Amino acid sequence: MEESKPKLKLAIYWAASCGGCCVSVLDVHEKLFDVISAADIVFWPIAMDTKYADVEKMPDNHIDLTLFNGAIRNSENEHMARLLRQKSKILVAYGSCAHLGGIPGLANFSTKEDIFRRVYEESESVINPWKVRPQTESEMSEGAVDLPSFYDDVRSLSQVVEVDYKIPGCPPQSERLLEVFTAIVSGAELPPKGSVIGADTKAQCEECIRKKTENKKIRKFYRPWEIQDDGVSCFMEQGVLCMGPATRAGCGYRCIKGNAPCRGCYGPPPNIIDPGTKMMSAIASIIDEKEPDEISKVIEDIPDPAGLFYRFSLPVSLIRRKLS
Amino acid sequence: MDFKPQIVAFLCNWCSYTGADLAGTSRMEYKPNIRSIRLMCSGRVEPTFVLDAFLKGADGVLLCGCHPGDCHYQEGNYRCLRRYLLLQKFIKQMGIEAERLKLEWISASEGKQFAELVNSFTQTIAELGPSKVKNAMTLSI
Repeated sequence: MEESKPKLKLAIYWAASCGGCCVSVLDVHEKLFDVISAADIVFWPIAMDTKYADVEKMPDNHIDLTLFNGAIRNSENEHMARLLRQKSKILVAYGSCAHLGGIPGLANFSTKEDIFRRVYEESESVINPWKVRPQTESEMSEGAVDLPSFYDDVRSLSQVVEVDYKIPGCPPQSERLLEVFTAIVSGAELPPKGSVIGADTKAQCEECIRKKTENKKIRKFYRPWEIQDDGVSCFMEQGVLCMGPATRAGCGYRCIKGNAPCRGCYGPPPNIIDPGTKMMSAIASIIDEKEPDEISKVIEDIPDPAGLFYRFSLPVSLIRRKLS
Repeated sequence: MDFKPQIVAFLCNWCSYTGADLAGTSRMEYKPNIRSIRLMCSGRVEPTFVLDAFLKGADGVLLCGCHPGDCHYQEGNYRCLRRYLLLQKFIKQMGIEAERLKLEWISASEGKQFAELVNSFTQTIAELGPSKVKNAMTLSI
């Protein structure tokens, strides 16, 4: 066996996330053996029996690479973000939630109070006559026990700690993860700190596989199930809202190939400040009406513009939460 | 009382800014709360500009362009109208009062209408009180 350089130490952590990002790491399939031959996984709660205390005992900068997925929603998420930052040489915001706030970020349309009332009191499946709610500290006969405290706001990882790189996607495409991993293992020159890696810099539309014409004139928008998609032409030209104009390419058009419009999980490309304002401009350009009433009628076909435009990116957007 | 509304106005070069200029050269008096930004066309107003104005502390945002059919670039004011209607729906969803964003057509000869518009819009914003957007969006790490 050749003398190899010491193995990388790799950590993977989930904060407020669904687990899909961790699964996307497994989706490299047999290439996982290449990953394991180049790196020791020192911490990965979904797959290994490691404890927070094990991480706490590590010296600073002990971990070479941490893939951090999930948004910051409570004090446990924040604690682990700070801890892993301290222990890691390279901290990567992995996936839409760590990168942009993601689906959990939609909670910024509500407050903690709204959410607790709904979940612990009003939900159809809940019977809670004493209005019991989670307490951060409780005295039990065995002693004091505690729970993480729930925040009013959801934040992206880089809104809490310094992040070296961001890999977008819900989840990131496994091939792109391998490229990034290989680059780090091979010691290739890495892009400047803070960069989005594992994705393109263009917008989805620029190289979309669907046919586009210049004739974009829409008098009615449809939900995807309301229309017989021809399978060939641009979704927007058929009147189906697609986040392509405001979304970074690099996912391999997975949704488009599955005949579904883009949902925006890769976030905006570098020249776009805010995906929602970009979408408002794009939509305003294709509505073929001039009278305020007629325009408003077309806009009625978009029942939830904020939720649609900021499905993955509300916490990092210009208006990052609903005013309470 | 002590609240002095800060209003950002985006005015198109060909009609509305000229109309505002006419109000000035005709020595009409109007409220000093607006900060005018001249653009070539109301179609240049990106929704980002409006949200950014609110983020930076504007209590109200006023968009002015040529009357329908009069746009120097033919279509720009319609684009502005459609963006405005989308923005209205969006800001309402985010809990920002719709009255804080207003669109009016002002032609180059409508100095008087411009002065009245500024007065009435300033009054509307004064009654609404200060915008909460700037403080609510500030993140403390």
